[in-house]
Amino acid sequence: MCLAIPGTIKKIDGMEAYVDYGGVSKCASIRLAENAKVGDIVLVHAGFIIQILDKEDGKELQKLVEETMGIVYR
Amino acid sequence: MEHKITMSHGSGGEKYRELVQEIFLPAYCNEYLSPLTDSAILAGEGKIAMTTDSYVVKPLFFPGGNIGNMSVSGTVNDLAVSGALPKYISVGMIIEAGLEIKVLKRIVDSIADTAKKAGVKIVTGDTKVVESKSADGIFINTAGVGVFPSGRKIPSQKIKAGDKIIVSGCIASHGMAVMNARNNLGFLPPIESDAAPLGNLVSAIFKHDDYIVHAMRDPTRGGVAATLCEWVTSGTDIVIYQKSIPIRSDVSAACRLLGLDPLHIANEGVILFSVPENCANDVLSVLRKEEYGKYSAIIGEVREGSGTVSAITDFGSKTRIMMPKGEILPRIC
Amino acid sequence: MKYNIKDIIEAIKRLADNFDKINIMEVCGTHTANIQKYGIPSILPDNIRLISGPGCPVCVTSQEDISRAVSIADKDDVIFTCFGDMMRVPCGNKSLYSLREGGSDIRIVTSPMDALQISLENPQKQVVYFGIGFETTAPHTAALIEEAYKQNIKNISVLNSHKTMPPAITSLLKNKCGIDALLCPGHVAVITGSDAFSFIPEKLKLPAAIAGFEAYEILAAILSLLSMLKGNITECINMYPGAVTKTGNQTALKLINSVMEPCDAVWRGLGNIPNSGLKFRYKYAAFDASKRFKITKSISEEPNGCLCSQILRGENLPFDCKHFSINCTPDNPLGPCMVSSEGSCSAYYRYKTV
Repeated sequence: MCLAIPGTIKKIDGMEAYVDYGGVSKCASIRLAENAKVGDIVLVHAGFIIQILDKEDGKELQKLVEETMGIVYR
Repeated sequence: MEHKITMSHGSGGEKYRELVQEIFLPAYCNEYLSPLTDSAILAGEGKIAMTTDSYVVKPLFFPGGNIGNMSVSGTVNDLAVSGALPKYISVGMIIEAGLEIKVLKRIVDSIADTAKKAGVKIVTGDTKVVESKSADGIFINTAGVGVFPSGRKIPSQKIKAGDKIIVSGCIASHGMAVMNARNNLGFLPPIESDAAPLGNLVSAIFKHDDYIVHAMRDPTRGGVAATLCEWVTSGTDIVIYQKSIPIRSDVSAACRLLGLDPLHIANEGVILFSVPENCANDVLSVLRKEEYGKYSAIIGEVREGSGTVSAITDFGSKTRIMMPKGEILPRIC
Repeated sequence: MKYNIKDIIEAIKRLADNFDKINIMEVCGTHTANIQKYGIPSILPDNIRLISGPGCPVCVTSQEDISRAVSIADKDDVIFTCFGDMMRVPCGNKSLYSLREGGSDIRIVTSPMDALQISLENPQKQVVYFGIGFETTAPHTAALIEEAYKQNIKNISVLNSHKTMPPAITSLLKNKCGIDALLCPGHVAVITGSDAFSFIPEKLKLPAAIAGFEAYEILAAILSLLSMLKGNITECINMYPGAVTKTGNQTALKLINSVMEPCDAVWRGLGNIPNSGLKFRYKYAAFDASKRFKITKSISEEPNGCLCSQILRGENLPFDCKHFSINCTPDNPLGPCMVSSEGSCSAYYRYKTV
């Protein structure tokens, strides 16, 4: 379970955010992410934003991969 | 005229005549239908193609289409992919008492409009009315007749090792449009169906005598996956290049959100072709010049093999594509 | 230097040579589904095997809970709402899908809040939401109940089958069962935080990696597990750092805690596991559908010869089951692992690695 997809907040109206997934948007509740702002990249699961994603997404993972690769090819 | 269809509209009496004269004839008007004889008498010689399909759609109207244009383009496309030139269709309607006449009129106008676009004539029809709750608004059956212009090579509908697989447009749009509308999924802007008559697309290829098409099919229910699984033979494999499949970004996003595989989703406006490698690029460029073929792409190939359909990713992994089963339901969990 | 997916695959192959055989278990249905979708087994060395654990909420829902759902959904004044995946789970010769075909008002929702909306639009009907899922989905149900309580909505209730991951992992792996390392569910960890999985190295003595869901992320996590195994390191590494923090989504955790409390729960395949379920706190007990409705005696037997339980425990692969793809297909499933598109059997059926 846990199909969650990243999208970008386009508008916030009360507790509802309009999240764009690249060509199509759908409402999601901000009840679990009350700090969410327009422009944030967020992870949405079952109609709720469950996380505001790190905008540097990918960089940290790259760092971890680099470390691991360093060990593998030591 | 009343606002709603009643049982007496199906009784064959005065009301029925009113419906025919005021709704059907003005929309469909042509020399075969207008005499209102028991059957249409059509000219013809040589081989003909004939097909029939019934349309039950919920909701009746969805972004990009409705049961009316689907019932024409679906049947036209079945004729076209047989290699025939679609010519005539029949329209049989089973209407639930209580359907608003203006709704019926919208559907009828859409049928007439699509028939015109497709270059087919509605030559005969029938209307029955059933009690409220015995049908979902309206059910439509259409049958179609197509002819084979002299010199047209009828495709064998058998793929061959060495063929390239071409799709004539973005996939999965129709299925996602209907699913969004049916289940109130709330995707905005609403996803539009691709429902369209594709006779011209096929004719454009047949204009070139030297192009060979081994197989063509409109991948409706079951999507591209179902057609490929039906095509593959015990001596061949079909391999699809995952990255090359054209899909609109809104449709792709909706599929990801609902955990669905676009290859399993229905289309109403694309055709799959299996053509020999040496004419694949020519066929592709002809398709791309057509209104409904702009996004055509080569998405895979046929190899010698043992009857499997698979997709390869750009990092070299391979997954099997299976025949989809049952109604596709959105998943969230 | 930026490493691409092919570099990771090469590194995995290189590390794999150090081992005789490695079994990595994933405990998230979306991992299972994506591993098959991306064809990951087809590029892994033969001695690295991925095994699906109890990570699909549909699959681990007990037969008794399913028969409760069917019993409630069958009632005339009820609108029953659930996720699409639950629809086809068989219960004797019935399922929610077959009830809907027979005219019962059963609606697929994509969020529990849809159920709240339906209850407002249908004041004369009782609306029931089937709450399934782990920590990722439990806060949503809690939000629904909190809102229904606040607005004093009387015609909504929840059939609560929510479960929590750590007790199940512990119960399953306390005897290791031949599992060498664990791929942890990224979206559960978004809510719980990575710290919630530190019990895996500490108590179960197994290396663990929290993984995202793209092919690159899954492979990177597998690589880190192999690297830990080679270096004899037993830690839990967060390989989904863009989304998972140490302490998780505190708002969500507080919300779960304010509405629900731990209880024992029966998992299909694993049996009763203490403190692995969530029930409503006393204040919200009125929203419990299993108390609100009279439930007819349930069918709790699992279908004859079905290996779902063993598959959920990672003891068997779908191919081992005599029913697999013969008389158990996604269209006509015998057990829940074939029903849910996240279930092992369904994922194997759809994307059988070539």
